Amino acid sequence: MTLLARVPANPAPVAPLRRGRYPLLPYLLLLPGAAWLLVFFGLPLVQLAATSLYDPAGSLATGYAMTWAVDNYPAALQAYWPQFSRSFLYAGIATVLALLMGYPLAYAIALKAGRWKNLLLVCVIAPMFTSFLVRTLAWKTILSDNGWLVGLLRDVHLLDADGRLLATPVAVVLGLTYNFLPFLVLPLYASLERLDYRLLEAASDLYASPVGAFRRVTLPLSMPGLIAGTLLFFIPASGDYINAELLGTPNEYMIGNVIDSAFLVRLDYPQGAALSFLLMAAVLAVVFVYLRRAGTEEVL
Amino acid sequence: MAQKEPGGDLRLVDVTKRFGIFTAVDELTLTVPQGTFFALLGASGCGKTTTLRMVAGLEEPTSGQVFLGEQDITRLRPYRRPVNTVFQSYALFPHLDIAENVAFGLRRRGLRNVAGQVEQMLALVQLDGYGPRRPGQLSGGQQQRVALARALINHPQVLLLDEPLGALDLKLRRQMQIELKRIQTEVGITFVHVTHDQEEAMTMADTVAVMNAGRIEQLGAPAELYDYPATAFVANFLGQSNLLAGDAAGTSAGDVPVQVHGARFTVPAERARAVRGPVHLGVRPEKLHLVGSVEAVPTGSQHLAGVVTDASYTGVSTQYLVRTDWGTELTVFAANSGGSTPVPVGTPVVAHWRAEHAFLLPREPGESDRTTGLVDEPAAVGAPT
Repeated sequence: MTLLARVPANPAPVAPLRRGRYPLLPYLLLLPGAAWLLVFFGLPLVQLAATSLYDPAGSLATGYAMTWAVDNYPAALQAYWPQFSRSFLYAGIATVLALLMGYPLAYAIALKAGRWKNLLLVCVIAPMFTSFLVRTLAWKTILSDNGWLVGLLRDVHLLDADGRLLATPVAVVLGLTYNFLPFLVLPLYASLERLDYRLLEAASDLYASPVGAFRRVTLPLSMPGLIAGTLLFFIPASGDYINAELLGTPNEYMIGNVIDSAFLVRLDYPQGAALSFLLMAAVLAVVFVYLRRAGTEEVL
Repeated sequence: MAQKEPGGDLRLVDVTKRFGIFTAVDELTLTVPQGTFFALLGASGCGKTTTLRMVAGLEEPTSGQVFLGEQDITRLRPYRRPVNTVFQSYALFPHLDIAENVAFGLRRRGLRNVAGQVEQMLALVQLDGYGPRRPGQLSGGQQQRVALARALINHPQVLLLDEPLGALDLKLRRQMQIELKRIQTEVGITFVHVTHDQEEAMTMADTVAVMNAGRIEQLGAPAELYDYPATAFVANFLGQSNLLAGDAAGTSAGDVPVQVHGARFTVPAERARAVRGPVHLGVRPEKLHLVGSVEAVPTGSQHLAGVVTDASYTGVSTQYLVRTDWGTELTVFAANSGGSTPVPVGTPVVAHWRAEHAFLLPREPGESDRTTGLVDEPAAVGAPT
């Protein structure tokens, strides 16, 4: 007993900060990226914020006056409340669907695929080699009323004789799920791939059934990847407008479609800008609540 | 104390494990009596860890059976076995604090109030108050003790230790060896300890099984194995031996005469594993003594002349190499217990030993002398991993 008491705890070695001959070098390396970000993200964001506060009575032809029109925000929210909630509903459902498909997929690739691992990963990324638009148009063909899928579903009476998939919420959610799946699978794969299988052996040795070992070891250890993956999926999905545009009708329009039309069709710049900021704020709020609930301090 | 039952000996019967064409464990039969400290000793790749993993349930034998008491546990899932393991890598759960790591097994078996037991167990391994820390904040030695506590808290019938001290530095390893032995005596659980460190096995275990190429070469108490090894492998894996090629001509009057490179020696019949044909005459280096001339050899001792070719002082002893007439170099350890003067290199000497300190092992025809020829102690055979 007394022997061990004398064993000192090894203090973690503190790596000394390297002060080389070029103390400014790290900042110089930051410069190109920072300048890019400032010019193409920072400044436009300020411009967008200003636009959102312009007098809504103006137009592109007559020009806009800066009137600090804060009212643009509640007005936009009131007008497009259904599209806002629809965006988050569709993106939320698609996230859950993608997780149900993506977790087993990532798990299988990371832990069970063996020498097929790289090939399967390429398969996950392969759709990215074609354009987003083309892929969504392909889905339009697949889901069309004359397509084999609808025919099959009608034959087995999963769809009524005149039932359809295209131009329904189902089509939009399926499209979102498909298009953003790799963003969820890849981070999840990365964290599952790092999982030390010896921990699973240890869990099994300590009376954890396979299900228990998954719940107590695999799942918690893949949490950072799961959170990163769901965020990388949810954020672009909630702002997407291509899927609703091509696979839905105005009844399925999401907030992205409204912003798109505000800037490009109705040419209501202040409203489009206000909606953009509202979307950003809403996404940030959702992410914040999600991270608090998920309780991983590692991500933020 | 959940699953304790009397007579829980661990028995392996004809256990074989093949990985593809490689046979890791070859028809191994072994009984580990309940409550003993048992060591499986061997170089890396000898099948000792595979044997351990089959007891844990992490590998399934290709053939053969594993019994715990009367129960056949060969195909039982690891989480259903009253057996716990201290892994070589410790395998502590990085996302759980120390207390939850230790409580893991109890919780999986549905126990709720575990705080008291966890505290007790942390005290047993000298880690009181470390409960709220994460494994990453602990040193290697501390992590090793957490791994031990995490296994012991379940009061398994058998505790398996897979080179648990391999990653520790020498001093800490010595301390943990004493500590493990103390804990084993205290809790009375069967310990099966896998190691490649012969000194570790000999210090800690009641019984040592020396494994080689998937089979057990010899099994017995450490002193028994050292004193009268069964094979040339054991003779050189457990300490060092001078094995001289000779030919025995059967027993006469309780002794076995052996012809070694033209010289005649005798070995008592009870220390001969082979009495006829090609044999190895074995003598441990510390059983050899050096004198200046044949006249100085005590009566009744066997002797062999040679020349000192190397001498190295290691503090506790001086280790000499003595070249015989036919060129083989014998290793001789002379204790520095005072009264002896160092023998310079180049001195003609006579090495002598008592007949009852030698042993005879069977030898393959054509196989020559086997001496380690190393002056320093072979600390560990096989790389520590």
